[in-house]
This record gives sequence, C-alpha cells and structure tokens, in this order.
Amino acid sequence: MLYFTVLRISIVERLAYRVDFAMGTLMRFLPIVTQVFLWDAIFRGMTSGPSPIAGYNYHDLIAYYLLTMVSRAFSSMPGLASSIARDIRDGTIKKYLLQPVDMLSFVLMSRLAHKLVYYAVAAGPFALVFWICRGYFSGWPDLWTMLAFIASLLMAFLLGFFLEATLGMIGFWFLEVSSLLFVYMLVSFFFSGQMFPLDMMPSYWPTVMKIIPLQYMAYFPAAVFLQKVTGADLAWGLAAEAFWVMFFYLSARTMFHYGVRRYSAYGG
Amino acid sequence: MGTTAAYFRVFLTFARNSLVRDMTFRGNFIIDSITSMAWMLLNLIFYLLIFHYTDFIGANTGENPGWGRYEFFAFFATSMVINALLQAFFMTNVDELTDLIRTGGLDFILLKPIDTQFLVSLRRVEWSSLSNLVLGLVLLGYSLVHLAYVPEVMQVVLYMIYVICGVAIYYSLMIALASSTVWMGRNQTLYDFWFYITTFSRYPMEIYTGSLGEPLRSFFTFIIPVLVVVNIPARILVWPLEKQNWPLAGFTILATAASVAASRWVFQLALANYRSASS
Repeated sequence: MLYFTVLRISIVERLAYRVDFAMGTLMRFLPIVTQVFLWDAIFRGMTSGPSPIAGYNYHDLIAYYLLTMVSRAFSSMPGLASSIARDIRDGTIKKYLLQPVDMLSFVLMSRLAHKLVYYAVAAGPFALVFWICRGYFSGWPDLWTMLAFIASLLMAFLLGFFLEATLGMIGFWFLEVSSLLFVYMLVSFFFSGQMFPLDMMPSYWPTVMKIIPLQYMAYFPAAVFLQKVTGADLAWGLAAEAFWVMFFYLSARTMFHYGVRRYSAYGG
Repeated sequence: MGTTAAYFRVFLTFARNSLVRDMTFRGNFIIDSITSMAWMLLNLIFYLLIFHYTDFIGANTGENPGWGRYEFFAFFATSMVINALLQAFFMTNVDELTDLIRTGGLDFILLKPIDTQFLVSLRRVEWSSLSNLVLGLVLLGYSLVHLAYVPEVMQVVLYMIYVICGVAIYYSLMIALASSTVWMGRNQTLYDFWFYITTFSRYPMEIYTGSLGEPLRSFFTFIIPVLVVVNIPARILVWPLEKQNWPLAGFTILATAASVAASRWVFQLALANYRSASS
C-alpha cells in the first residue's frame, strides 16, 4: 500500500510535464531518420551491388534501429545513478534511513511510475513512427517470439534499474562519480548495440560483446523480435538475462548494506 | 579599434583563468580529455566497420564521386575539428546561459560594462575539448596522406575559412536556442535538441536523396543551414577545385553572415524580454 502511494504520487508529478514528454519522445526518433538515409547510401555504395551485412539487409537494419528504441524505452534510466550518488553526497539519503521505507523499493516504485507515464504518453508517438515505418518490417513475428520479446523487455527494465542503482551506490565510496557515469554511458551506448547490430563486428567480437550484460539493454530484444536469435540461443539468452537481473539486484542490495555503514550523513 | 583590442585582452584573461582553473584540477582535466576523445573513437570504430562492408557512402556516379574511406575520414575529422572548437569556446558558456536565465543570475552579467553576448559566450574556455581538435587534425592528416589527391594551398586556406564559418553557424544556432529559454521557461531539452539537429549534419549531404531526402536536404541547407557546416569545408579539401560546388560555397558565406546577424537579433530580443527570475 505504501509503495502504491509512492507510485501514485510520482505519476501525478510526471504528468505535469506531459507536453515536454511527448515532444521529447518524437525528437528521439530524429537520429533514425539520418540512419535511414545513411544505410541507404551505404548499400548503394557497395561496388558489387547491395548485399546483406552480417545477415541484415537494408530493411532489417532500419527495423533494428527502430526496435532498439523500444528496448531503450524499457532499459534506459535517465539520471538514476547520478541522483542516487547526489543523494548520498548531499545527505538526502538519510531520509530513507530515518523513515520506515526501503530505499531501493522506493526508488524502484518512482522509476516504475516514470516509465508507466512515459509509456502512456509515448505510446502515441511510437505507434505513429512504427506505422509510418511499417514497410521496414516483414509482418508480426509468431506468438512465442512475441512472448520472448516481451519477457526480454521486462527484464531489460529490471536490469537497467539495478545496474544503474549499483553504479549510483558507488557514491558511498567516492564523492564524485560523474566521470565514471559518463564513461559508463559511452561504453553502454556502444556495447548495448545502439550504434549497430552487434553481429556486424568482425571475428570473435560478437561473441565477446554478447557475454557482456549490456547487450540486453538494446540489442537482445531487437534481435529477438527480428528472429535473429532463435531456438536454444533464445532460451539461453533469456536465462542469462534473468541471471544478470538477479546479479545486479543482489549487488545493489549488498552495496547499499555496506555503504550505509560507511555513510556519515553530510549536509543539513 | 581600441575596443577590439580591449575585448581581445578580456578574452585572453578568460582563457588564462580557465587554464589556471583546469590545471588546478589536473586529474579531472585528463579524465575530461580522455572521455571526450573516447566518444569520437567509438564513432571511428563504427565508420571503420561501415567501410569494412562497403567501398563508398553514396553511389559512385561520374558527377558525384561518392565518399570513399579516406574522403569520409577527412569529412569526419572536419566534423571533429569544428565540434572541438565549438565545445572549447562556446558550448559550456551557452549551456550556462539557460541556467542564468532560469535562476536570474543573468542580472550580474547585465551589470558589467561589456557586451553581454560577448561575456555570456566566452567566459570560459574548455581547454580539455581541444584534445579532440588534436585528434581531429591527426585523423585529417592521416586521411590526406592516404588520399590519391593532394590539395593546393588555396584549398587549405579556403578550408580554414569554411571551418570558421561552420563554427559560426553552429554557434549562432546554439545561442539563439539558448536565448529562447526566456520565453519557454523550462528548457532542459536544449542540449537534446541541439544533439538531434546536428545529427543531420554529421554525414555527407549526398545521402539525403529521394522524395523525403531532397526536401530534408534543402531544409537543412537553406532554412537551418547545418548541412553546409561540415560538408563545404570537407569537400573543398578532398576534391579538386574544378569539382567544387561553388554556388553552394558562396551561399555558405551568406548563410554564415545571416546566421550570426539573426542570432544577435534573437539574443537582444531575449534580453529585452528577460524578467529577472528570482530577485
């Protein structure tokens, strides 16, 4: 009940800025417009005629970029790690120590509220863009693929949340984590597959990049939808994703546990 | 004449102060330099990957030579140079302008006996961003060595002029956007907006073809001239003078003058409408 109230308050708070939100969502698709033209130019530039790149033809690639937008809608947690680190630094975090609320659950609930409001507002722009771009898709995948896709997205939300929370908790040990977070942002942009499908990397790199859990933040759900990952690979992928969710859940919990013992409550 | 020299001295003082400040937190300076280069290196990997699969970006037709590997790397290097200059001199300052307007801190700047736009735009020099300038110049040198074509002195001079034009166009767009905070209040998406607009200028303009691409190309060339920012200097350097698009190069000079004038006008209109937020 308590956490439901937190959820409700956060939803009302977020709805105050809904126009900003909807505009922001549409804007986020602008880079894809550039990708549409860039990849067309790349395929036209092949002297021996257009041929698929690592199994992706032109339409697959555009569909891939569009689908990573869906992945990111679930896995991205803007400002989460930095806000946790800031709360630690300026002492705000002691409200969780004084009040009978669990910090991680509180933050998870308010983040869930952000996301729910975001989906409510962003559903329109997303539907519009996907409808306009329907030509890049070869129809809906079958039921099982859809279920796997949804499961991978829900876990991507949890993975993104606990991973960023873990990073924020580093603030218990280091006062300034903004550089670290920036490096994380860069690394994750690359390794999550937001720049290009990971399969495009040469030699053993795709294998290496798929061991790193960042692939679940963008690449994996998109690849599942496009049926680039099927059968046993799909089952293993989902299992590994569940493992990483548990791993970062436990690491966030552990770091909070030990961090609080070091914590010396600066600020008023 | 005296005022120009005075302004230049003020700017040198800003530059020196920023350098002293950067050198005080040397570790931070090094981290900032590395992270800003890291982003460019990731992009470079992406482009290397593209040329692993294709020979050209854009079809290689007779009239339009298409961007091969080293032509494109010269293009990307130019983009790095322009962005590094923009970040070193203007980006942080203009970003702060939105905060100054929102918090009312602009009051203190308005009180100073100096041109407000000058003070707002050049207060800090972000020395660490110049690491990308170095990286960009290295990449440019590397690409030129591998290109079959050797540019003439005239082209190098024109290149430098057009790089400055590019920085001026970007700056104008940025300060005009930041000034609009006066009317919009909450304007946190400015940085995002900036990023999205400039994604269109990151690639050669030839990629925008077809019934959707042509209007896009015209829009970002003639209405919001971000496409000429990198394209014009890059092609001036990598293709011989007789293959240049001179009308477009001439237009770029006009567009630069118009952008600077328009942004100056928007900035002063914004100041006239500024209602000191907090005090």
